[in-house]
Amino acid sequence: MKRHSAARVISGMALTVGMLAGSAFAATAATITIATVNNSQMVEMQKLSPIWEKKTGNKINWVVLEENVLRQRATTDISTKSGQFDILTIGSYETPIWGKQNWLVALDDFPASYDMADVFPSVRQALTESGHLYAVPFYAESSFTFYRKDLFDKAGLTMPTQPKYSQIKAFADKFTDRAHQQYGICLRGKPGWGENMAYLDTLVNTSGGRWFDEKWQARLDSKAWHDALTFYIDLMRRDGPPGANSNGFNENQALFATGHCAMWIDATSGAGLLYDKSQSQVADKVAFTAAPIDKTPNGSHWFWAWAMAIPSTSKNVAVAKSFLQWSTSREYIELVGNTDGWTVVPPGTRASTYANANYIKAAPFASYVKTAIMTADLDHPTLKKVPYTGIQYVAIPEFQAIGTTVGQMVAAALTGQMTVAQTLKQAQASVTSTMEQSGYTQ
Amino acid sequence: MSGVKTWLAGGVAWLIAIVNFFPIFWMLLASLKTEVEAVQTPPLFIFHPTLANYRDIFALQGYAGYAFNSIAISVLATLLMLLVAVPAAFAMAFYPGRYTRDILLWMLSTKMLPAVGVLVPIYLLSRDLGLLDTRTALVIIDFLSNLPIGVWMLFTFFRETPKDIIEASRIDGANVGQTILYVLLPLVAPGIASTALLSVILCWNEAFWSLNLTAHNAAPLTAFIASFSAPQGLFWARLSAASVLAIAPILAFGWISQRQLVRGLTFGAVK
Repeated sequence: MKRHSAARVISGMALTVGMLAGSAFAATAATITIATVNNSQMVEMQKLSPIWEKKTGNKINWVVLEENVLRQRATTDISTKSGQFDILTIGSYETPIWGKQNWLVALDDFPASYDMADVFPSVRQALTESGHLYAVPFYAESSFTFYRKDLFDKAGLTMPTQPKYSQIKAFADKFTDRAHQQYGICLRGKPGWGENMAYLDTLVNTSGGRWFDEKWQARLDSKAWHDALTFYIDLMRRDGPPGANSNGFNENQALFATGHCAMWIDATSGAGLLYDKSQSQVADKVAFTAAPIDKTPNGSHWFWAWAMAIPSTSKNVAVAKSFLQWSTSREYIELVGNTDGWTVVPPGTRASTYANANYIKAAPFASYVKTAIMTADLDHPTLKKVPYTGIQYVAIPEFQAIGTTVGQMVAAALTGQMTVAQTLKQAQASVTSTMEQSGYTQ
Repeated sequence: MSGVKTWLAGGVAWLIAIVNFFPIFWMLLASLKTEVEAVQTPPLFIFHPTLANYRDIFALQGYAGYAFNSIAISVLATLLMLLVAVPAAFAMAFYPGRYTRDILLWMLSTKMLPAVGVLVPIYLLSRDLGLLDTRTALVIIDFLSNLPIGVWMLFTFFRETPKDIIEASRIDGANVGQTILYVLLPLVAPGIASTALLSVILCWNEAFWSLNLTAHNAAPLTAFIASFSAPQGLFWARLSAASVLAIAPILAFGWISQRQLVRGLTFGAVK
């Protein structure tokens, strides 16, 4: 009997101690779940995040998803208030739309030590809606022209600082040598609003075109769209790689890195890999210049930022904010530079990065990237007035569907299934119908 | 002439086997290359193999956790499926009613519904029942998804068993449970094994629900593979390494049990 009582007392004490320990732990530490895409910057962040975990006592569960799956999961999670994630990786397209719907927590209360003024104004602007900052950037990019300096030197040609599309066409014709699998130009052809349409939108913008007029009427039947699409298809058929309608950013980067492209117009974030000798066969031959222009410089190069936001359904807002302040800080960028080298630091977000001598030395493309990001004007993306913001996208919820549908039609035109006129007629009808159904037009 | 035919048949079989196996072989090769070598055109067959991709994967992602989830979900869903499908198929094979065939067809027709069509209701149900990011949710969904195939396969196997044997056992005093357990199951063991194997493979490869209902705790290997697809940057070599790691267990499992699988699939084919 006595033995039983003693056992009960010991068990009770153990339970009490255990509960106390448990409650103490719960009061100081939390586990946050971060849903993100798999790119080099995020992989780096995963590697370094134990430093933050150790410093704060909190824990991170990483959920790495494919870009489109992430968008779908994040949308479902927020709209159904499931609260599975505390931090989401989202782009500059989603941020203002989701912020407007109160799906995200405003991040206006970051301490002075975060030095928000150091973040490029164009980047802050892209992540702000109705005066509130809804996401903080971990990298930003624009688009510019990559070219093979060795080929240009050999041909006695000089790439202008600000090339025109007519010049790009002449160069591409000159450098195409199909017998040796060398293509004058590589451009995106894979259908999707963030794939072929990202590039084509910049071409349309600089050709004087726009998606919508001031009254949200679709303007895909304009001469500017016709000229831009005709130019794109002719150029790709004559000087592009075979099967171009399957090529997105990754495929073209691989083609360029393995010496198959003389020129490539795409995201500035591609420069780091092309400069890395362990991954690129043209590391010592690649050079950069601005994205080409035609009738107007407006919207000739895009702007995109991958950012991190806190969904309004998060139950760990304070801890999530603490992580965002650490992972997008100036100190974090320095930590990456000192730990893994300055070529892999998150680019395009902070002025201090571009004032850092280590970074400028390691990334000769830095000044081009900075100029491209600083001059990408999301509020004036076209020659004529438009009711929307966004250069390679239109910042309205319907654009994902619209852009992808038109992207599929453009890809069909590229493979010769439709003429340019047929493509634009169908695209105009489809976009008009969507805008009517969505209530933008009558 | 017969020798030529045998040689020809053997040749065709080898050709089909090589065509089927080539993607797996190519994936294995890509997993041992650097990212640049993996996207090289023309493709490289001779290169210096590296295990760096595997090292990176193990350093960053908790492979063991994903593998455990895949095993747990596949095994539990398959056991549940057999628990329901065996008695259902028994009833339909030996005591068919007027609408048995219609019920079988209706069950099969549920497989024709695209999963995305019921994504929102199932997501909301999972949320309300607290099943988001749990193995339980995937076990239930995989079990229900494979149930029609399980019932159909077992029904086909059971139908091959002479009814007289079942009736004789009933005359000898066995109840339904005893008849199934001691008489029927030993007779159709290869069929049940192949049904179970097929179910395990289907559960292992299920990606849609895994990607949509899990986050961190219950994510299986299909979610693990998907996480290596990158929006920017080269990723084929690492994705290939992740895929090799994901398919290795099920490939080994299939290899070991192939005799049983083939025996089950051809069960009753030759009388």
